[in-house]
Amino acid sequence: MHDMSHTVHHHAPPTSFIRKHIFSLDHKVIGKQYYGLALVAVLVGMVLSWIMRIHLGWTNYAIPGLHLLSSNGAPGNVMTPEYYLQLMTMHATIMVFFVLTTAPFAAFGNYFLPIQVGAEDMPFPHFNMMSFWVTFVAFLVLVASFFVGDGPTLGGWTQYAPLSAVGAVGGPGEGMGVVLWAASIAIFCVGQLLGSLNFITTTLDMRTRGMSLWRLPLSAWAWFITSCMGLTAFAVLMPACILLILDHVAGTSFFVPSNLVINDQLQPHSGGSTLLWQHLFWFFGHPEVYIAIVPGMGIVSHVLITNMRKPMLSHRVMVYSMGALAVLSYMVYGHHMFVSGMNPVSSLAFSFPTLIITIPSTIIVLIWLGSLYGAKLRINTASLFALGFVSMFISGGVSGFFLAQPSIDIMLHATYFVVGHFHMVMGVAAMFGIFAGTYFWFPKIFGRMMNETLGKVHFWLSFVGTYCIFMPFHYLGMAGNVRRYQAFVIEYMQPLIPVHRFITVAALVTGAAQFIFLYNLIHSRFWGKPATDNPWQATSLEWSTPTTPPPHNNFGDKLPVVYHDPYQYGVESSTGDYLMQASPEQVKTAYDEA
Amino acid sequence: MSQADLTMGGRPAGLTAGPAFSVPAKKMAMWLFIIADTATFAACLVAYGFIRNATPNWPRPFHSITNVAIMTFILVTSSLTMLIGVRAARAGDKAGALRWTFITAAAGILFALLHVREWLALIAEGMTLFKNPWGTGLFGSAFFSITGLHLTHVTGGVIALIVVGIRYKGSRYNADDLEILGLYWHFVDMVWMFVVPLVYLLNLAH
Ligand code: HEM
Ligand SMILES: [Cu+2]
Repeated sequence: MHDMSHTVHHHAPPTSFIRKHIFSLDHKVIGKQYYGLALVAVLVGMVLSWIMRIHLGWTNYAIPGLHLLSSNGAPGNVMTPEYYLQLMTMHATIMVFFVLTTAPFAAFGNYFLPIQVGAEDMPFPHFNMMSFWVTFVAFLVLVASFFVGDGPTLGGWTQYAPLSAVGAVGGPGEGMGVVLWAASIAIFCVGQLLGSLNFITTTLDMRTRGMSLWRLPLSAWAWFITSCMGLTAFAVLMPACILLILDHVAGTSFFVPSNLVINDQLQPHSGGSTLLWQHLFWFFGHPEVYIAIVPGMGIVSHVLITNMRKPMLSHRVMVYSMGALAVLSYMVYGHHMFVSGMNPVSSLAFSFPTLIITIPSTIIVLIWLGSLYGAKLRINTASLFALGFVSMFISGGVSGFFLAQPSIDIMLHATYFVVGHFHMVMGVAAMFGIFAGTYFWFPKIFGRMMNETLGKVHFWLSFVGTYCIFMPFHYLGMAGNVRRYQAFVIEYMQPLIPVHRFITVAALVTGAAQFIFLYNLIHSRFWGKPATDNPWQATSLEWSTPTTPPPHNNFGDKLPVVYHDPYQYGVESSTGDYLMQASPEQVKTAYDEA
Repeated sequence: MSQADLTMGGRPAGLTAGPAFSVPAKKMAMWLFIIADTATFAACLVAYGFIRNATPNWPRPFHSITNVAIMTFILVTSSLTMLIGVRAARAGDKAGALRWTFITAAAGILFALLHVREWLALIAEGMTLFKNPWGTGLFGSAFFSITGLHLTHVTGGVIALIVVGIRYKGSRYNADDLEILGLYWHFVDMVWMFVVPLVYLLNLAH
């Protein structure tokens, strides 16, 4: 056999500041960098949502200082209708790409996937470093669009053509703003492709002795499955964005049909197809929503198992279901286009797999609930957020069943019902996954515990708050409140304004509660109670590192050898009710599945 | 380190050996790149098919297949020479491997030159990225972006062949690296096999 280049992979710990903290090749540092980026992004995204919410509740209220962001967009501190859409687009783009994709997948995955498989690092550390910095540049390019010409694009995170492809005539931000948006996303795709490449090779090639695939913890499985989706989804979005840029800068008309009149001007384009953009976008877009959520599923399962002190009802069915989600996610994307003028036969063809995809989702939920049933769950902030995730995923998923029927969706499409659906099932659920992961792994990453009391306050405010914000959205949608409107002047919508005001207040309070988290994060980082190597009595390899935080090469001189399935809880061993994967001890195991 | 070293020793029963599929990381990375790149090309080709279908009177300006046939022949041959090169490298015939690698690179350059010549001829006839004398401007958009993407891949491949060839000569790279590069080269060849019928043959004048 040829040489196993992956087993000899020693790079000495870096000494210079730049190599250590900025252009680091260490997957752990890169993971933290991703987390930091997501933290900055989520703050920007949250402030944007506050501004939008205030405007939706009290349309003429002057928000102090808003004109500083854009004097044209917010004359007298009241945003114009167009500027509302511009802020909305940036909120969504930042949240979907730079928070929900980077934090659960790139941040935690980078830090813990190599450790959980028992490796010293990823096989391609340079790619890994590039992956972060490319993503960072993508973020800068996106944010830059706030400050050029007439500001960021107003087309929504889905950037539907032809509006997105006609250029400045389409409105503020539709010229340079779209170009920067598309460039940012194309660059982002490169970063995630590099990341996915590393994740897959790490999982398949870097596992330590004894770490068979079935011995991977569920979080590692989730990152692996997500990276398989990322590999093809981002590879399709990237050319789509490049074609969009060509429509702007090279005079092509891929996405603009003939004889299009915008603002009384006949457009010089001819022959393109607006539906083409939707096909390309949603071929990426639907897998993307699972890219955002599957890592959360893995993290939450990992956290729940540790705190239930027993494995899931079925480890394998869990893995198969996440895999099924990944495969099916490519076949359902047309359910976003039921109302786009697609052939009705295609609608039916997409409705069917969409209903099928609820099966693996339901199985996953049932495994969680079934495993929790009768379990003596340890209540801590991490497990609370994990429960919150399950709750949000169920509440948001149920509305998916309705939307999956083309006949019902005709009414609900483009209303607040859809906004409620995806904020709960994707936005909040994934955020709760991030929180669960943070409270759970913080001790390992920084060697200090987070404050549990503050954590629980943070949880309850977030949990109650997000339900107050997003449940009423469903009601609004059924009442006919369309989405992406900046004010509700139409008569039948006016009675809904009090609901909007309630939501705005809930959003401000819930948002403010996140500063408790931020404080906890920063305070615990420096002054938290010192953590032991394995504060949760957990079994997977990240808890067997020789020091906490782990040394540069994760395991010191000797890679661990794995002897057991990932979740040996409820056993009687010399350490207590659990048996670590790297412990050679043999005990009678109740749950040996693999 | 050999496979045997990894599996020997006091390993408790029931443990799996070595890496799962015994595919070294570099080679696996190339396969993954090829999967992603396939998605990218597929997206472009599907997009092209989509707009072609949606456009009445799609132009069919090509009159002869001589040039594209020659280009195809060259590219297929270069896949063959790559194969011979890798095989020589496997057999330890360094000089032979090097020779065939550079022949492959030369074929790639020839292909690129013929392609550029064809582009220039079309441009001289008045075709650009957004207009052409025969009908919808999308024809040029699709043609130049798809063949351009492919040409970029060929150019990158040629550069890689030369760089890897030189480093192979200096023993910094070995037969495995050559083989991995070969995977890429065959992939570029395979993509061309989709481009030819879809972009050229479908657009032949009746
Ligand atoms: C139970 C399975 C699910 C079903 C049957 C389902 C179905 C649907 C349907 C039919 C739509 C289109 C509604 C419309 O625009 O009219 C939709 C929108 C959406 N779904 Fe789901 N969904 C499910 C789960 C999820 C999950 C798990 C996520 C994210 C993690 C998600 C994220 C989204 C997003 C982001 C949108 C809206 C995109 C937009 O228009 O901006 N869905 N869903
Ligand atoms: Cu979807």
